[in-house]
Amino acid sequence: MSDVTASHRWKIEKGLSGDFIFKAVTVLFAFSILVILMLMLYEMVSQSLPSLRKFGSHFITGMNWDAVQEDFGALPFIYGSVVSSVLALLIATPLAVGTALFITEIAPRRLGGFAASLVELLAAIPSVIYGLWGILIMTPWLQQSVQPFLQKYLGFLPFFDGPAYGVSMLAGVLILVIMVVPIITSITKEVLTAVPRSQREAAIALGATRWEMIRMAVLPYGKSGILGAIILGLGRAVGETMAVTMVIGNDPKISLSLFSPAYTMPSVIANEFAEASSPLHSAALMHIGLLLLVITLIINALARLLLWSMSRGAARGAKL
Amino acid sequence: MSSMTSTSQPAVEQTNNMRSLPLRHAKNTLMTILMGGALLAVLFPLGLIFVHIVKMGISSISLDFFMHIPKPTGEEGGGMANGMFGSLVLIGMASLMGIPVGIFGAIYLSEYGGSRISTVIRFCADVLSGIPSIITGMVAYSLLVVPMKGFSALAGAFALALIMIPIVLRTTEEQLKMVPTSLREASLALGVPLWRTTLKVTLRSALTGVMTGILLAIARVAGETAPLLFTALGNQFWSSSLTQPIAALPLQIFSFAIAPYDDWHRLAWAGALVLVVTMFALSLTARYFGRAGHKN
Repeated sequence: MSDVTASHRWKIEKGLSGDFIFKAVTVLFAFSILVILMLMLYEMVSQSLPSLRKFGSHFITGMNWDAVQEDFGALPFIYGSVVSSVLALLIATPLAVGTALFITEIAPRRLGGFAASLVELLAAIPSVIYGLWGILIMTPWLQQSVQPFLQKYLGFLPFFDGPAYGVSMLAGVLILVIMVVPIITSITKEVLTAVPRSQREAAIALGATRWEMIRMAVLPYGKSGILGAIILGLGRAVGETMAVTMVIGNDPKISLSLFSPAYTMPSVIANEFAEASSPLHSAALMHIGLLLLVITLIINALARLLLWSMSRGAARGAKL
Repeated sequence: MSSMTSTSQPAVEQTNNMRSLPLRHAKNTLMTILMGGALLAVLFPLGLIFVHIVKMGISSISLDFFMHIPKPTGEEGGGMANGMFGSLVLIGMASLMGIPVGIFGAIYLSEYGGSRISTVIRFCADVLSGIPSIITGMVAYSLLVVPMKGFSALAGAFALALIMIPIVLRTTEEQLKMVPTSLREASLALGVPLWRTTLKVTLRSALTGVMTGILLAIARVAGETAPLLFTALGNQFWSSSLTQPIAALPLQIFSFAIAPYDDWHRLAWAGALVLVVTMFALSLTARYFGRAGHKN
């Protein structure tokens, strides 16, 4: 009899300590998110210290990237990343927002749902496959058809100057457009779905046409969320590595021409990091990585704040 | 447009509402066409990519593809068996590391966490999932490759796990939050300790949704290439050692795509087809689980 109570008691105590251990494990794993983020920043800073010390702010303005002379300046890569992402966003935004509006506001529910799941599936295609398509199908097509055409009719502009290699800033921008459109579309769609029905009904009741309803009731309500979606797309574009590396030509040049090959920050890391020739070379690449990390941290934090402010906030963010 | 109406009614201050009806309808039609056009412009290149992958992939794929490792250029045949095997190893290890962290972290957020600290963790997880995967690769390199003095499958799996954690965490948390409190209360009232209640009742009820999150996370990392470039590195031969460089399907697609040989391009297309079919299967299964979860 006493045996039974003893074991019963032991069970209760074990249960209590089980609770404690369980909670401790969950706390540990939840806080590991913070640890990972801190660790990333710490590692990137500490690994790029040699380059930070040697080049300082000159690193951002320097034009040279010379592994032999050990003189490293990242301006051509920063230029390539900024120009390719911004141009891609300029083209992708109207396409993505238009698509999301068509899916949520205009298309019959069936068609809209079908188009939406198509877009979602396409957002899941890995970067390297876009790159494969880009290098084997798109760049030859650009070289043989698009670039000669642009040169013939718009060749007087500095943007369409120079020989047509196929691999170029133009190819990088196009592949980025194709890749970020599904992302912006699917988040914008989420945002638009969160716009209350009453907003739309009010506008319609006042005699608005469908477009007027969208412009006066839907878009203003979803403004910050859509902006968040666009900025999130920018973050993806800036950090996109494989597809861009495969089509942009990887030449650290700063040129106005879209036909000229270019180089982006993630691309130079992808191409050179595994075979860095000296400690300073890999520190310089880490330095580029650090810049990229800081930029994307800021972009993502901003985008999340905008998206969270949009609705139930925290819960919605999980979707992407 | 406004100049037209203002000339007809010069004295009245014009507002948007007073434009002529036909004009407003014309504008509505125009914008509808533009939005539909945007949808077509988006789906066309994406459809084109899909068609190319299927067409080129099917004409290149064969039984050899699944049975052999790559052969030197010029030789017939060869496949990416080692890459597929390597990818499975990497994903398996990454799942072992990443999924428990994600799930238990999510349990903290939904079952224990105070609101402020939970918000901070949620925010960090969202930000973390937006960090370029190549940065994750660099971090894994300096944390594992440098101390271990060599590229390894372990480092690659670690990098992939870092990418999986925030995805699993956020989706699991959402699912746990949807479990009604009354279920937890019923279990606790029966004297079941909180930790067993959480595992056996709360987590069990949310299982299909949690599976969706896990499958989505796996689908995401299955195609990741950038974080493996200087962690797993890739391998031309069979390797199953965790401390050695290991082949991975996306890495092989990358290096074969940028090589100047036609027969390597064919292998890359076949690999792309396998990868895309796998990912579509994963996300369709995830959707299926997702729907089943919502019905319950």
